[in-house]
Amino acid sequence: MLQNMPFWPARASAAANNVDALFIFLVVVSGLMTALIFTMVVYFAVRYRRQAGRRAEQIDGSHALEITWSVIPFCVFMVFFAWGAVIYFRQRTPPQDSAEVYTVAKQWMWKFEHMEGQREINELHVPVGRDVKMIMTSQDVIHSFFVPAFRIKQDVLPGRYTVTWFHATKPGTYHLFCAEYCGTSHSGMVGSVVVMEPKDYEAWLTGGGNQPLAVTGERLFSELGCITCHRSDTPGRGPNLVGVFGKPVMLEDGRTLTADENYLRESIVDPSAKIVRGFKPIMPTFQGQISDEQLNALVAYVKSLGPSQSMPTGGKSMAAAPTETQ
Amino acid sequence: MHNSPAATATHEAHQNPAHLHHFATAQQQKDAASLGMWLFLVTEVMFFGGMFCAYLVYRYWYFGDFGAASKSLAIELGAVNTAVLICSSLTVAMAVRCAQVGKQKAMVVYLLLTIALGLAFLGIKGIEYREKFVQHHVPGQASFHLDEHIPGHPDTPVNQQHAQVYFSLYFAMTGMHALHMIIGVGLFAFLTYQAWKGAYSPEYYTPVENAVLYWHFVDIVWIYLFPLLYLIDRHP
Amino acid sequence: MATAVVEPGERETYLNREYGIKSWLLTVDHKRIALLYLAGITFFFFIGGFFALLIRLELLTPAGDLVQADTYNKLFTMHGQVMIFFFLIPAVPAVLGNFLIPIMIGAKDLAFPRINLLSWYLYIIAGALMLYTILAGGVDTGWTFYVPLSTEFLKTNVITAAVAVFISGFSSIFTGLNFIVTIHRMRAPGMTWNRLPLFVWAHYATSIIQVLGTPVVAIAIVLVALERLFHLGIFNPTLGGDPLLFQHLFWFYSHPAVYIMIVPGMGIVSEVVCCFSRKRIFGYQAMAMALLGIAVVGFLVWAHHMFVAGISVYAALIFSLLSYFVAVPSAIKVFNWTSTMYKGSITYQTPMLYAFGFIGLFTIGGLTGLFLAALGIDIHVTDTYFVVAHFHYIMVGGMVMAYMAGMHFWWPKISGRMYPEGWGRLAALIVFIGFNLTFFPQFILGYMGMPRRYWDYSRAPEFQILNVLSTAGATILAVGYLLPMVYFLWSMRYGKPAPDNPWNAAGLEWTIPSPPSTFNFDEQPVVTWEAYNYDEIKGEVPVAQ
Repeated sequence: MLQNMPFWPARASAAANNVDALFIFLVVVSGLMTALIFTMVVYFAVRYRRQAGRRAEQIDGSHALEITWSVIPFCVFMVFFAWGAVIYFRQRTPPQDSAEVYTVAKQWMWKFEHMEGQREINELHVPVGRDVKMIMTSQDVIHSFFVPAFRIKQDVLPGRYTVTWFHATKPGTYHLFCAEYCGTSHSGMVGSVVVMEPKDYEAWLTGGGNQPLAVTGERLFSELGCITCHRSDTPGRGPNLVGVFGKPVMLEDGRTLTADENYLRESIVDPSAKIVRGFKPIMPTFQGQISDEQLNALVAYVKSLGPSQSMPTGGKSMAAAPTETQ
Repeated sequence: MHNSPAATATHEAHQNPAHLHHFATAQQQKDAASLGMWLFLVTEVMFFGGMFCAYLVYRYWYFGDFGAASKSLAIELGAVNTAVLICSSLTVAMAVRCAQVGKQKAMVVYLLLTIALGLAFLGIKGIEYREKFVQHHVPGQASFHLDEHIPGHPDTPVNQQHAQVYFSLYFAMTGMHALHMIIGVGLFAFLTYQAWKGAYSPEYYTPVENAVLYWHFVDIVWIYLFPLLYLIDRHP
Repeated sequence: MATAVVEPGERETYLNREYGIKSWLLTVDHKRIALLYLAGITFFFFIGGFFALLIRLELLTPAGDLVQADTYNKLFTMHGQVMIFFFLIPAVPAVLGNFLIPIMIGAKDLAFPRINLLSWYLYIIAGALMLYTILAGGVDTGWTFYVPLSTEFLKTNVITAAVAVFISGFSSIFTGLNFIVTIHRMRAPGMTWNRLPLFVWAHYATSIIQVLGTPVVAIAIVLVALERLFHLGIFNPTLGGDPLLFQHLFWFYSHPAVYIMIVPGMGIVSEVVCCFSRKRIFGYQAMAMALLGIAVVGFLVWAHHMFVAGISVYAALIFSLLSYFVAVPSAIKVFNWTSTMYKGSITYQTPMLYAFGFIGLFTIGGLTGLFLAALGIDIHVTDTYFVVAHFHYIMVGGMVMAYMAGMHFWWPKISGRMYPEGWGRLAALIVFIGFNLTFFPQFILGYMGMPRRYWDYSRAPEFQILNVLSTAGATILAVGYLLPMVYFLWSMRYGKPAPDNPWNAAGLEWTIPSPPSTFNFDEQPVVTWEAYNYDEIKGEVPVAQ
């Protein structure tokens, strides 16, 4: 029903249903509240207009009323809060085995890199029915990845990764907007997300002949000399990276953290920030020597180093069976 | 009150600064001035507070680098400056006391001493700043280099970028403080002149009191700045 | 010079006591300073409004065909900076607050008249610097100055704009400081806190926010300027800094700032609704506490501007929860104003029409704030026209309407003349219609996905029809604002002379002549009555002339 309503944005993701439901609830409650206030103001203005012989009746107030119209709205607000919080929490927690797309935003374009190696500019092809996680960074200023049809938005920052995800439910082409003012062509940083049926998506994938992202990363890992210290066969001067992603890491100052994309990225561009316990701070920094895309490839490679894998097959690609809707 | 133009014009021209006409009593005026000054100091707390907030965040993130950068500051000069300011708070409190009991000459002397101590502080700060320039510890310059290691980790060199963040905050915070000192010295120069002319008496010394409050505030900011900037992670 | 030119038989007022430019530029009379501010803020209102018109004209068509992209970016930046810092923040406090607060509490002037004048000069210097920025090619950072865009990537007049905002901040701080001390120390005998008009309470709450919040944005701006000038890395991630730190420092002030803008307007609405309902306010204590509650809780919600900026999920949850807390006192106020009308004796003079408009539009604006506080919704609508519509409903539908209500209500007192009531009502109606037509479609545009600050939307032509409606509304709104300019000026010469109390209103300002004499009261009043003593005041509002 909503699909055909004029001025309603396309609904093409699992999240869109939840967001629209809360929105409609808010519209209804707000509409009722507005109607109530408007009606009362107009009614009082007319009913209690000045009339000869009648004076205004002074009423100091009413504690009961004050409490009532504080508590009841507050309870309603808590419903809004809780519902909104649930949606948000889900939106900020990408499912574990989402397919991944690395994104580099720059003035004024979107650069996407699929795990299979496809690169796209301003256009993002995804299959319907799969969880897709966007791992994003900016080359310059703050941008924001906004797909109205999916009801998602996430600022994209320089110097770190931010993450968002979606589960497309309807094939079609949808707007992609940059939603954080980023200079002259902010309004030109517009593209599309093309949602395809799985078999169409497979066909699109194979028409590339690209090197999977993690394989590119493996090549870089060797070319840049990472492999000399980070060995998996014998203990090296750097920590063994096999299976490191997603696991706790103990640092030499006693802190423990989970190795996520940002940790991997930071370890490459600012290695002295966090030293793994038992190792010396001898790793050189690669900041300024590799591009964001190369950084993405290295991160994708390290992520692919699972304990049972000997060859990188490219992290989570989308050319696998669709997962259930969240 | 009189509404005839001549009367009001004369009245304004000869207003007693101790009893401005829009106040009902001298006490009301004194209370208002006092409250106003405290409120102004609250705004100053919020003003410096923003920088302290930035400092706290980065110190937490880059503790080792901040420790290394802090070591490069001249702790002796900082300590001397701290002593200088504390002494100046004493002289300034004495100045108010003299105003309260009507000792005009002594008040002028104490005010002059305060100015001298303030200028001494600024002079020493100038020396420290020059040191920083000479040692290439000025952030944002291509020649920046801090040749230090993380305290407690002799084989870990400091991260130059994080050290620059430290120095950016160092210059911003001590620079803002120094600016407030300069304004304070200027204020006290004016006050000294007024005091010498006999403008202050036990009945009316509000400007002295308020300026002294300002001076104490600037002193307290330094009492926070000194340990936070100079004494991070110092070892004997 | 100070030549008093009072004709025999003519009463001396603050206006005719002295003539000559020096008597104005060196005045310490709070009433004259209020008029000096009135000139400034009116000037900047029309500058900001002119930029808005250009924006709306550009958005009539999807393509960017009126101005260039860089120009458009400057237009929305300067529209925001001018309207926020040079109109909305000073308008009510520095004009109506300055004029009325001493009189309302029975004092002869503010606590620090010379600081009051200094505040005006700071405002003018800041304004001149802003004008220079505009004429020297403008600035295009967005009024929010986000880094690293504003520190590393733009080549426009960022520093001069930043300094202009910085200086205007100190004008605001000193005004707030002045009001707090005045309200604490200069109330006439018998004018207890519980007898203060809510207009005074509102300015007290506003002043607290001004004093505590403004210095933080001042330092944020200083750090941005230093970073830009000296290539520092406080906020720049490639140099070790964090861009989100700027956002926190910026919004720590800029959220309370929106309460600086709206709370004085709420004070006005209380005065107007009481007078034109002939009733004391419903729930005086609750209304006063609500003002303070908004001021305090308003400091705790700033990161609701950053839900998608990259803050942690837990921080987002906390700020969303707190944002719902701050909505409660505002809701209480709307209910109390409505209840004040109950069993009143209501007339529809222009101030009351604007007050009605305020109640309705502030309700809508506030309710849409609840949408934004809901995290799941905010992901979709933040940085879109939904937000633009939300804050314009509060700022224009709320604040500017309240300002108009206040200007009309107190115009007789300020100028000694009545404005033409028929034209006043017509303008109010035009403003109401124009406003809703301009901004309601923007809620829909936002939910559809039109982002803010877009010069060109030719890739999404489906946005056009709503943009055309919005622009049509804007032209109507412009007419609605031009009318009062014209008839207020007209009334200064040809308006009917105003009596002391044309509205038969409660409040000390109505016990003195219109316009007041320089020192307000012949004798210091001694207050023995409660606020809004409409039960004691005989008579209704005199029929409109």
